Amino acid sequence: MNSVILQIAAKYLKWLLIVFAVLALLRGHNNPGGGFIGGLMAGLAIVYRGFAYNAFQVKEELQDRPGYYIGGGLFAIFLSFLPSLFAGKTIMTGLWVKIPTPVGEGIKLGTPFLFDIGVFFAVIGVTLLFVFSLTQKQH
Amino acid sequence: MQYILIVYLIVSFGIFILPGWLKKQKALLLTLVQLGAFIYFATRIPEITSMPSEQIFISWLPRLGLNLEFVLDGLSMVFALLVTGIGTLVFLYAKAYMKSYSGTDKFFFYLMLFSAAMLGLVLSANLIQLFIFWELTSFLSYFLISFYHEKESARKAAFQSLYITGFGGLSMLAGIVLLGSVIDSYALNDWIAGADALRESNLYLPGLLLILVGVLTKSAQFPFHFWLPGAMQAPAPVSSYLHSATMVKAGVFLLARLSPVLGGTPEWVYIISMVGVLTMLTGSYFAITQTDLKGILAYTTINALGVLVLLLGIDTKESIKAAMLFLFIHAFYKATLFMVAGLIEKKTGTRELSKLGGLIKYMPFTFVIALLALLSMAGLPPLLGFLGKELIYEAKVQSPGIASLVLVLGVISNVFMVAVSLFFARKVFLGKSPKYEKLPNERGLAFLIGPAVLALLSLVLGLSPDKLGTAIIKPALFVVSTEAVEVKLKIWHGFNQVFYLSLLTIVLGVGLFWAMLKKKKVLEIWRRVNDVVFSVQLEDVFAWVMDKFVVISKMKTKAVQHGYHRYYILTIFVFTTLLLWFQVFVTRSWDFGIAFSMKPFYISGLAVVIILAAAASTVSRSRIVTIIAMGVAGYGISLIFLYYSAIDLAITQILVETLTMVMFMAILQRLPRFAVLSSKRTRFRDFLIALGFGSVMTVLALKAVNVNLNPSISDFFIANSYDRAFGENVVNVILVDFRALDTLGEVTVLTIAALGVYLLLKTKKSKL
Repeated sequence: MNSVILQIAAKYLKWLLIVFAVLALLRGHNNPGGGFIGGLMAGLAIVYRGFAYNAFQVKEELQDRPGYYIGGGLFAIFLSFLPSLFAGKTIMTGLWVKIPTPVGEGIKLGTPFLFDIGVFFAVIGVTLLFVFSLTQKQH
Repeated sequence: MQYILIVYLIVSFGIFILPGWLKKQKALLLTLVQLGAFIYFATRIPEITSMPSEQIFISWLPRLGLNLEFVLDGLSMVFALLVTGIGTLVFLYAKAYMKSYSGTDKFFFYLMLFSAAMLGLVLSANLIQLFIFWELTSFLSYFLISFYHEKESARKAAFQSLYITGFGGLSMLAGIVLLGSVIDSYALNDWIAGADALRESNLYLPGLLLILVGVLTKSAQFPFHFWLPGAMQAPAPVSSYLHSATMVKAGVFLLARLSPVLGGTPEWVYIISMVGVLTMLTGSYFAITQTDLKGILAYTTINALGVLVLLLGIDTKESIKAAMLFLFIHAFYKATLFMVAGLIEKKTGTRELSKLGGLIKYMPFTFVIALLALLSMAGLPPLLGFLGKELIYEAKVQSPGIASLVLVLGVISNVFMVAVSLFFARKVFLGKSPKYEKLPNERGLAFLIGPAVLALLSLVLGLSPDKLGTAIIKPALFVVSTEAVEVKLKIWHGFNQVFYLSLLTIVLGVGLFWAMLKKKKVLEIWRRVNDVVFSVQLEDVFAWVMDKFVVISKMKTKAVQHGYHRYYILTIFVFTTLLLWFQVFVTRSWDFGIAFSMKPFYISGLAVVIILAAAASTVSRSRIVTIIAMGVAGYGISLIFLYYSAIDLAITQILVETLTMVMFMAILQRLPRFAVLSSKRTRFRDFLIALGFGSVMTVLALKAVNVNLNPSISDFFIANSYDRAFGENVVNVILVDFRALDTLGEVTVLTIAALGVYLLLKTKKSKL
C-alpha cells in the first residue's frame, strides 16, 4: 500500500493516538481506561503507521524492539511488587503515597499505578510482536 | 549447626573459583573442612547424653507446614560423625586416588555436595525437608556413579540406580504426605507426639508401605538390591563413602528415625524383618561366587544393610543397640576394604580375584590393614566385628515370634561371611603371585592413612568398646527406643548360647573356606547351580520393564500427540462440549430464569445484524468478506456492551477487534487462493462440532446470569474500590489491585503467546 495521504496523516495521527493512550493510562484509575486499554491503543497507533508505510520498515525505524517493551513492562510489574514486600505486607498489596501540590488535592501515587504502567508497556510489546511477526517479509 | 551446612555448600561451589595454587590442594582443603566438622560434632558428644542438644527452627513456608528444622540428638550424632569422620578419611584417600584423572573439580564438587546433603538429611527434623536432602543424595550418587561417563556400563548403572532410588524417593514422599495428612504436620516432633494417632489411623499401613519402598530402594534391600553392585562402576572413594558408609545407610537412618513413630506394630516387625532377613541372606550368598573384588564388597554390603534393617525391624532394645553398634562396625571395615580394593586396583591394574595373589610381598601394610578389616567383617575376636556379631545374635535370639527362622538364616549368612572374608584375604594377599605388568607398591601415604585409621579403630574399639557404648550409642538408643537403656559393651560375654552360636559360625565358616580353597569344584558347581536357579536376573527384569515402559510411552505419545493442530482443537471442543452438556443434563438445569423483555429497536436490530454477520462469515467464499463480517459481529457486540454501560469492556472489545482485523489483513495477502479442500463429510462434521460448542456456550452464558456463587464479591469490590484502593473505576481497580495476580497471569500468558508467534514465524533477520 502506498498512499501519500495516509502516510502523512499517519505521521501525526500516530502521536495523537499515543497521547490518547497515555491519557487512558493516567485516568484509568478513576475513569474508563487503564493500562490494558492504553497499551492496546498505543500499540495500534504504532501498527497503524506501520501499515501506512510498510510494517517491516517501521520495525527498522524503531530502535527499540518489541522485546524491550515486553521486558520493560514485566520489569515494572516486578518493581511494583517490591514495596509491599519490603514493607512486610502480603506481596501485591497496593501502597499509596500522597504528594502534596500547591493547587488541588495533591497527586496520589501507588504501586497499582506502577503495575498498570507495566501492563501498558507489556501490551504494547505483545501487540507489536504479534503484528511484526505476521507482516515481516518471508525469505 | 546449620552453619556447617552453609560452609559445606560454599566450599563445594567454591572449588570452581579457587585460585590455581589452591586448586591443586583442593582435596586437602576439603579434607580439612570435613575434619573441622568432625571435630565440631565430636566436641558436642557430651551434650547429647539425655536430650537433643540443639534444635533449630527456621520458618520457610509455614502455611504449607514446610520449615527448616534441624536437630542434633543421639541418632543424628551417630550419622553426623560417620558422614564427617569417614568423609575426612575418604577425601584424603581421594586426593591420592583421583590424582591421574581429569575432571576432578567436578568430582570433588559432587562429593562435597553429597556430604552436605547427607549431613542435612541426618540432621533434618522435618520430613519434607528430609525428603529433599534424600533426593539430593540420590542425584549426586547418580553423578558420581557415572563419573567415568565415557563408559556405557557406568552410564547404565548410574541410570539404574537413579531410577530405582528415585522411584523409591517419590513413593516415600507419597507416604510422608499420606501420614502427614493424618496429623496435619511434617515436623518430626509432631509425628512423635502423634505416634498413637498415626498407628491407629487407616492410612498407617499404606503410608508405612510407601515409606518402606523408599527405605528399601535406598538401602539396597531385596528385591531392589541389584543396583548396588552396578554402582561399583564409581571410583573407589565413592564406593567406600556413598555406597557403603553413608548414603545406603540413609534408609536405615530413616527406619531408626521413624521407629518411635511407626514402629512396634506387627506390620512393622514382620515386613521389615522379613525383608532384612532375605537381603542378609541374598547378600552373603552371592558374595561367595563373586570374582570381582568390589563385587564381593558390594554383596557383603548388601548383607550388612540387610542385617541393619532386620535389627531395626525386630525393634527391641537389644536389637537397636546391636544396630547402632553395627553401623559403626560396618562403616569401619567396609570403607577400609573399599579403599584397599581401590588401592589394589590402582597398583595392579585389576580387580579380578583370579589375577591377584601374593600381594603380601609388595604391600605388607595394606595386608595388615585389610586383614584387620576382614577379620572384623568375619566377626572374629578381638575385633569390633566380633562384638557386633555377639550382640546381633543376642538380639536375634530374643526377637519376638520369628526367632528360630531369623537365627538359622543368620547363622547361615554369617558362615558365608566368614568364608568370604577368609577367601578374600587368602586369594589376594597370600598364595602364588601371578605375573603383574608392573610390580605393585604401596607408595603414597594418603592412600594408607584412611584405611589404617579405620582398621585400627576396629581393633582398638574392639578391645575397649566401653566409651563408644556410653558416649555415643546410649544417647542414640535413647532417641530410637525413647527410654533410657544402659549400654555396657564388653568383648567377653561368658559361655552362653550366643557364644556357642559364634563358635558354630566360625567352625562352619572356616570349613566352607577350606572347601572353597582346596576343592576348586565347589565354587564351580556353586556358580553353575546359581546360573540355573537364578537364570532370571533381577537386573534383566528391571531392564525389560524399563524398555517396555519406553515402548508403551512412545505408543501413547504417538496416539495423543499426533501433531495436527486441527485435531487438537477438535478434541478440546468435543470434549468440552460433551462434558458441559453432560453436566447440564445431569443437573437438569433447563430453567434459565430469565425474564425476556423488550429492548429498544436499535438494540434488537443490532442483535439481528450480529447474527446475520456471523452467519455470513461462515458461508462466504471470499476471505475479505469473512473478515469484515466477523468484524461487524465483534464491533456490534461492543456496542451492546456500551448500551449496558460497560465502557471499559466496550473499549477493550473495540481495540481487540481492531487488532484482530489488522492481523487478519496482515496475513491475508500471504494466504493461497481460496479453495474448498475438505470433503462435504468433513465440513458437516465440523458444522456439528461448531454447533454443539456454540450452543453449549450459549447455555453457559444464559446460566451465568442467574448463577451467582458468591453474591457479596462484586458488592465488596464496589464498596471498597474507593475507600481501600483509592480508585473510582472499579474495573481498573480490580485489574490492578484486587486481582493483580490474575492480571499478572494474563500478561504472562500474552507474552508467552506473542513469543510463540514470534518463534513460529521467525526468520533469520527478525529480532525480538
